[in-house]
This record gives sequence, C-alpha cells and structure tokens, in this order.
Amino acid sequence: MLRTACVHLRSPLFSRTLIAITLSWLGIFVLTPHLLVMMTSVLTPDTTNFAVWPLTFEAYTRLWEPLYATVFLDSLYLSVTATLFCLLLGYPFAYLLSRLGPVWRNVLLFLMIVPFWTNSLIRTYALKLLMGNRGLFNDLLMGLGLIDSPIQMLYSGFAVTFGLVYILFPFMVLPLISSFDNLDKTLLEAARDLGASAAQRFWRIIVPLTMPGIIAGCLIVFLPAMGMFYVADLLGGARNLLLGNLIKNQFLVMRDWPFGSALSVTLILMMFLMLAVYARANRRIQRKGGLDDANFA
Amino acid sequence: MSVIQLSKVSKRFGGQEVLSALSLSVRQGEFFTILGPSGCGKTTVLRLIAGFEQPDEGHIKLEQTEISKTRAEFRPVNTVFQSYALFPHMNVFENVAFGLKMAKVPKAEIRGRVEEALAMVQLKDFSDRRPDQLSGGQKQRVAIARAVVNKPKVLLLDECLSALDYKLRRQMQIELKQLQRQLGITFIYVTHDQEEALSMSDRVLVMHKGSVQQIGTPREIYEAPSNLFVAQFIGEINVFEGLVEAELPDYSYRVRLAHGGVREVRSDFRFAQGEAVHILLRPEDLRIHYPRTGESPPGFQGKVIERNYTGKTLDSLIQLESGQQLRASEFFDENDPDFDYRINESVWVDWVHGWEHVIPQRPTEHA
Repeated sequence: MLRTACVHLRSPLFSRTLIAITLSWLGIFVLTPHLLVMMTSVLTPDTTNFAVWPLTFEAYTRLWEPLYATVFLDSLYLSVTATLFCLLLGYPFAYLLSRLGPVWRNVLLFLMIVPFWTNSLIRTYALKLLMGNRGLFNDLLMGLGLIDSPIQMLYSGFAVTFGLVYILFPFMVLPLISSFDNLDKTLLEAARDLGASAAQRFWRIIVPLTMPGIIAGCLIVFLPAMGMFYVADLLGGARNLLLGNLIKNQFLVMRDWPFGSALSVTLILMMFLMLAVYARANRRIQRKGGLDDANFA
Repeated sequence: MSVIQLSKVSKRFGGQEVLSALSLSVRQGEFFTILGPSGCGKTTVLRLIAGFEQPDEGHIKLEQTEISKTRAEFRPVNTVFQSYALFPHMNVFENVAFGLKMAKVPKAEIRGRVEEALAMVQLKDFSDRRPDQLSGGQKQRVAIARAVVNKPKVLLLDECLSALDYKLRRQMQIELKQLQRQLGITFIYVTHDQEEALSMSDRVLVMHKGSVQQIGTPREIYEAPSNLFVAQFIGEINVFEGLVEAELPDYSYRVRLAHGGVREVRSDFRFAQGEAVHILLRPEDLRIHYPRTGESPPGFQGKVIERNYTGKTLDSLIQLESGQQLRASEFFDENDPDFDYRINESVWVDWVHGWEHVIPQRPTEHA
C-alpha cells in the first residue's frame, strides 16, 4: 500500500514526508494511548499512583460480575434503541433526499449539518433546558392543552435515547444517502413492470440494495452511542447508564484505572468485532451484488 | 386484430410537447418497430404502453380495454430495458423467476417455466450466476427471458441491442426474430438503427418530433417513403427537385428537373400541373454509363469525385454539372470483378424508368 502510494505521487521526498507526518501523528495520538490503556488494564489498582505492578487479570474477571452485566445490558438497550430510531427516521429521510432536486437536497443536508458546528455537549445542555419540567416542550404541550401538568421527561431512558438520536442522526443519514444514490431507479421500474407492488418493491429491491448503507449507518451510530457518557450524565437518571459512564466513573470517581481500562479494551474489541462483521457483509454484498433474497423476503 | 391501440395520445414534459396526437395500432403477433432519431419520442411511446408514464390526452387500449389509467404493475405487458435492469442482488434464476413470484405462481411451476425460458435463450447452465458475472449478450438474454417468462400480451423492447457490438447485435437480431415467431407474442421494438428496423420488423413506424411520419412494411418504408424525412432517414437517397409540366396517362407525369432536363416519371401520388415534386432514387437504383467518345447516352453528365470499395458493392460519389452530388452503389458482377472508377472520370448517370419514387414537396398526411 505504502509503496504504491509513493509511486503515484510525483516527488518521493514530498510523499515520504507526508506519510511520515501521518504515521507519527497516528503513532503518538492513536497507537500509544491505546497501548497505554491496554497495559493499564492488566495492572493492579492503587489509589495514589492509579496503577502499579504486579500484572493481574483481575480487572477482566470483574467484568463478569452481575452488576456490570446489568449496566452493559442497559447500555446496550439504550444504544440499540437509539440506533433503531435513527434508522426509522433516517431511512425515509435519506430516501426523500435522494429523490429531491439538487437544490432542495443541498438545503436539507445543510440544515442537518449546521447544528454540528456547535459542540454536542453544548447541544446536550440545550436539550436539557428544552426537556425540563418548565422547559419549552412542556410549556408547548401545556399551552396546547394536551397535558395539565408537566411530564417528567428528563432523567429517564427516553431522554437519553432522544439525546442520542438527536446527536447521531446525521451519521445514519449520510451513508444511507450514498446507498440511495447508487440505487438504479430503472430497477424499480423493472420490478413494477414485473408486477411488484410498492411494498414488494420496497422489501425485495430497495432494502436489499441499500443494505450496505443500513449496516454502515447502524454501526456508525451504535458504536459512539455506547460511549456518549455526557448524554447519559446530563439527561439520564441513575439507572440509565451507558458503557461510557461506567468507564468515566472508574477513572474519575472510583479511581480504579485498571478496571476502567479493561472496560475500554472491551468496548474497543466489540467495535473491531462489528467492523469485521461489516467488512465481511460488505464483501459478500459486493461479490454477490447484495445479500441473499431469502434473508429479507 | 389490434392488440395495442393508441389514439390521439399527447404527452408533455415541463411544457415541452414530446408526443402530439399520436395514433397507432399494433396487430396481434406482429413484430412492430418504432424507428426514429434520438429525442423523437419513441421511448416515451413505449413507456406509455408499459405504464411508467400517463398520457396527458388520448387513449391507450389493450385488446379493446382502456388501460391508460391502469398501473404499470397490473398491465399484462413486459419490458426489456435498454440497460437490461437486472436485479444485481439476485442470480439469473431469481431474476427470471421474479415476475412469476410476484404473480404468486406455485413454486413447482415457477421452476419449470424459468428453466424453459432460460433454455429458450440458451442460458440453461447459468441459473446460479450473478448479473455481474455475465457478458453483455448474456445479460441481454436474461433480460429477455425475465420478460417472456410471464407470457405477456405484448413485449416492449427499448433499444435493447444498442449496447452490444456489431456482430453480437446481428446475431441477437436473428435470435429475437426467431423467438418472436416461436412465442407468437407481439413485439414492440424501439430503435434508432434503421438497418435493424428493416431487417427485423413486420411493420415499421417512423417517428420524428413526436409525430408519426409513416407506418408500413420495411419494403414500403424503404421503397415508397411518404416524405423527405423518411426517405433521408432510412438508408441513403438521392433527391432531384422538379416541377410537374404535364400529366400523362398511366399515372405518369412529365417533370422538368431543377438542374435542367425533362423526365417522364411514374407516381402513386396525384399531382397538379405546376406542382413542385421530389424525385427520389436509391443509390443502387442509379445506372452509370461510361460515354464513348462522341456518344451522348441518356441521363446527366457528371464526374466521379469519390469511390469506396465496400466488399460487395462499389460506392461512388458523382458530381453533376449542376454541382449536385449523387451517391451510386453498384454490385460487382461476375463478368467484370475488377471494375472500378478513376477519380475525375467522366460518366453519365441515369435510372430505369419507373424505378424512381416521386413525392410532393408540400407536407403530406401520413397514411
């Protein structure tokens, strides 16, 4: 890979410098921290020095305690729910965008991207204000006469899911749009011509052919959702924990760095596992042009 | 009996009229070709019949039933798309089975019919292949099998051979024609390739700017074009302008040619005295004589300015004294296989009386 990259750039010195900068950046800011985390995860916890010798796998055995399994499942539940809602909202949105003219499409994309210029932590605080007992949402509902007293929205699984969907929505939409753009519209005409109803066209043509976008979108939403501790911190109650909260607490509250690191390593491994599954699925789709009909019939 | 009938169908896209009051009638079991230059609206006609577009005005009837409001998925017609539009996520078998599956045909019957259709297009052993593992010609055959397996009342083919190379295209033309005879299904074929249209069709409709120019058998279209557009679009043609001087018995007229000389011509059209006409002659209908010194054969004098050897014919470009250029095409004959022209050689051009086709210069109503 590196060699071919060199060949294609004109000046070898220039390209080598670029590659060296990139590699050292990755080495210093990506590889080294990960190695440190991995190392810490097999050390012994210590309240003053954070982590000390000797090596031990105790942190990893603690992962299997029922308490953490519960936190993990809760976190999984919140992230999966958020991912599903992103998909349910993002899929029709991406479909709509792909059918609009270039002007409207760019306007809508722009509107979706604009909030990204504000830090997501700040936006989460804003969401907290909106969802409070005297926030805009409750005021609006009461003003419309739909409810008599404010609904408790904050500090619930609902609030966390809402926050996650709000922040991660564009990550679902972007890969879906590219999938819809690649979808050849004559295939839908061909399916119509062969007698397929709208529902049949959707399930048998559109869904299988946009599957790469669906999988990519779900992964890019699900993986960060597991780690977005500040969303759960600000919007969730005591029980609505994400894996990210658990990790943060180990480092900042419990001062148990090895256990926090072990949790981080677990999260990283999960990501790798899912990326591997995605890569496999993608290869399969590219080889066969789609997933098997039977799986989606 | 007509299976498809369009009457006074108009279609506009964004204010632009693509079809204007177009009428046509396709007979049961015929190979009907819609021929025209790109942008003439021929594909729109096909899409109206398939149901992908709705006419702004007019009626579309399938076997006497009005179908212009029927949705595409409920019309008993199938389309072979220009890009084939095979489903990339299904193998050949699943592609061909798709229509039957949608029609809820029992599984066992689907298997039999799909295999039969694949055998018909000589792709029996390709059921498990994915579309991207097929060549252009094979994709073409799958697309045809996928359509005919549903036993449609009419098969619509949209320029579906245009992506193939010349040799394969010739072969597929023959196969399509055979398939059509074998199945007895009405084919409506859209193309801009006049050679293809002439060689495959029972009848050809020539279209230009959204309206019908002529409907007829390939022979009628070629030998008796109804107007100058048809004449010039189908094959090559030489055009002489002239004025009718007098009507003679037996459908003949005496015509004074624009560049001099008077000819007697025959025509199926009726002309008034003084009317402007076009005299049309195909390159192969011209006769070329070498004048011997002092001799003055009938016809027009000119000189050869270009000659092309094409294998079976010698095609030449001859410039008359008036400046008009004519294309002539002569078959080699056994007695004179080496026959050729020198550039600038003097020749006389003539034609056999009665081989000309004379049409009025005024716009004509098509039959």
